[in-house]
Amino acid sequence: MALDFSKGIIEVRWHGRGGQGVVTSNQMMGKAALSEGNYIQAFPEFGPERTGAPVKAFLRISKSPIQLYAQIYQPNIVICIDPTLIDVMDVSEGLKKDGTLVLNTQMTPEETRKKLGLKTGKVVTVDAKAIAMQILGRPFYNMPTLAAAVKTTGAVKFETVINEVVSRYPGKVGELNKTAMERAASEAKVG
Amino acid sequence: MSKKFNEIPMGGNILEPGSAMQYKTGGWRAERPKHTPDDCLWLKNGTCLLCWIFCPDNAVKIAEKDGKRTYAFDYDYCKGCGICANECPNSCIEMESE
Amino acid sequence: MNVPIPASKWRVSDEMTAATKSSKTTESSSNIEGLTGDAAIARALKQCDIDVLSAYPITPQTIIVEDYQRFFADGEVKTKVIPVESEHSAMSACIGASAAGARVATTSASAGLALMWEVLYCASGLRLPIVLAVANRALSAPINIHNDWSDSYGARDSGFIQMYCQSCQEAYDTTIMSFKIAENHSVLLPAMVCIDGFILSHNVEHVELLPDEVVRDFIGIRDPAQVLDPDKPITIGPICFTDYYFEVKEQQDRAMKEVFRVYKEVESEFEKISGRSYGIYETYRTKDADIVLLTHSSPAGTAKAVVDALRDRGERVGLLRLKLFRPFPAAEIGKELASAKAVAVFEKCLSFGAAANPLALEVRTALYEQPKRPLVTDFVIGLGGRDVPPTVIVEGYNKTKQYLEKGKAPFYETLGVRK
Repeated sequence: MALDFSKGIIEVRWHGRGGQGVVTSNQMMGKAALSEGNYIQAFPEFGPERTGAPVKAFLRISKSPIQLYAQIYQPNIVICIDPTLIDVMDVSEGLKKDGTLVLNTQMTPEETRKKLGLKTGKVVTVDAKAIAMQILGRPFYNMPTLAAAVKTTGAVKFETVINEVVSRYPGKVGELNKTAMERAASEAKVG
Repeated sequence: MSKKFNEIPMGGNILEPGSAMQYKTGGWRAERPKHTPDDCLWLKNGTCLLCWIFCPDNAVKIAEKDGKRTYAFDYDYCKGCGICANECPNSCIEMESE
Repeated sequence: MNVPIPASKWRVSDEMTAATKSSKTTESSSNIEGLTGDAAIARALKQCDIDVLSAYPITPQTIIVEDYQRFFADGEVKTKVIPVESEHSAMSACIGASAAGARVATTSASAGLALMWEVLYCASGLRLPIVLAVANRALSAPINIHNDWSDSYGARDSGFIQMYCQSCQEAYDTTIMSFKIAENHSVLLPAMVCIDGFILSHNVEHVELLPDEVVRDFIGIRDPAQVLDPDKPITIGPICFTDYYFEVKEQQDRAMKEVFRVYKEVESEFEKISGRSYGIYETYRTKDADIVLLTHSSPAGTAKAVVDALRDRGERVGLLRLKLFRPFPAAEIGKELASAKAVAVFEKCLSFGAAANPLALEVRTALYEQPKRPLVTDFVIGLGGRDVPPTVIVEGYNKTKQYLEKGKAPFYETLGVRK
């Protein structure tokens, strides 16, 4: 019988490239969970960030204090904000059978499943790149991908995350991100 | 010297200023300075005082009262180092065996 | 022995320096924030109304210095912030300021702590209650910025109190308590507050902050015992040779022993204002445990999750999480562990050429006087930030079980390394 070390904890693993905002969006999701009365741990795969290098970040959410201090090997949710990473590494590694994989990609969930050979769980795809380029005018994929993840997993409330983003980036930047996130949430495909 | 750990100030600090006065270094002396007043610039015209400046133990005692200048060594503290004799430009100080 | 001097005579800043500005945080009513371990320590330092912060930034402690510099630049603190050119100078400036009666803090890690080395001993020898926050990081070479305990374990004989924290909340709480412990006149020793670099220093957690005025009332104003004052000159740090040095060290040793009592007093007061306490060590499900895991900092948290999972499977296992490593609570831990069959020590440090490693050496010594000595295993884990997943702790537990059956264990071994 396998030992369960993370009872009652939602574990999220982020994949992206240095400079794409993996750490920031992870913290954003964490702080949203915190403001909903949860205990959290939000930490990057530690190290000096190098632009372009594959990076990871981790998030734990729980109703009670979290004791476990280690990286996440069997996540409930995997969020990958860079469309090219799936060719380089197995982003779904260790994903729980009933877990959710959220990808920024132009592929459909079915195409993604086929490509990754993934049969279980839930696959969510969103073309965050197109949304970011159209609304933000720059390749900031992280917030739209976060929106798709939040909307489809319910790990935290969508409104809480929006509030977190708007208060962190007051003014136009926050508003544009909000628009991009709302669109990503409505366009996310689940399969 | 024989005080126990709880009888000395914390960290070995010295809480009384000028407590070095309690230690009479005169006991270290093997040679004592001897002053010959004839060519001493201090006694002559009130200048120089190199011996007074350089003495590490403040053992050169000088004074001036009613235009009359005096010169002496404090043998309680003079440890006989000979710096005064070395510094004197007119060779007024000589070191003699105790 | 100690000459009390009224605060008005030595105080550096003319009034309390705690922020009067309205808080810039977005949470209006809640005092719960998501903070990294570093940020939590910076916030605690801000509330502790320190007079001088003299520090040199080094990964992974950087956020503490950055945050505090920002508080200073924004006028939220009146602290004299000294941006020094090295850690050696950082601690030296702290010593001067602390000797002048100021409440002083600094922070470092790894190579920075190593560069402070000779001055650490001056801080403790001069009995100056400086608080040093350490984000534990490995030592070079090879160069590495990640976590292990080689840096502060190396400084374990420097005369600093050493407290190791498991969570960001504990880092915040311990920083506040550390001033009150260090500045107590029975102690008067510098204190290290240690968190695991990156694992805690860069990990956003749920941290409940106390109101400024509550912290202010709790720690009060430093009341220095002997202080540099031009109007009342004393000599601090004179030469002590064969005649007095030993007596001064005897004083220091006895002061260190006072920490057990003072820590408990301070913590019970702290519990009244916060509802939180940690103890000089914490026991977790040890009551009927055959094997007790023993570690501290972040691996202790992971070990709790391991204990829970193993208990579900019917294993009789518990955890003793150490908080205070200096002074080491040998007598109490000895008694606590006496009924166990084995103790499995997990530590993030290798003491090259030693019989075992720093934590296990202490534990074995603590148990030596017990009538029925438990078997002690020593596992070196997580060097240079190598992740310590629960499975590594389980591996150590399983090995300890095997050794217990054989009745013999190696002095120590490494776990989680490719060999």
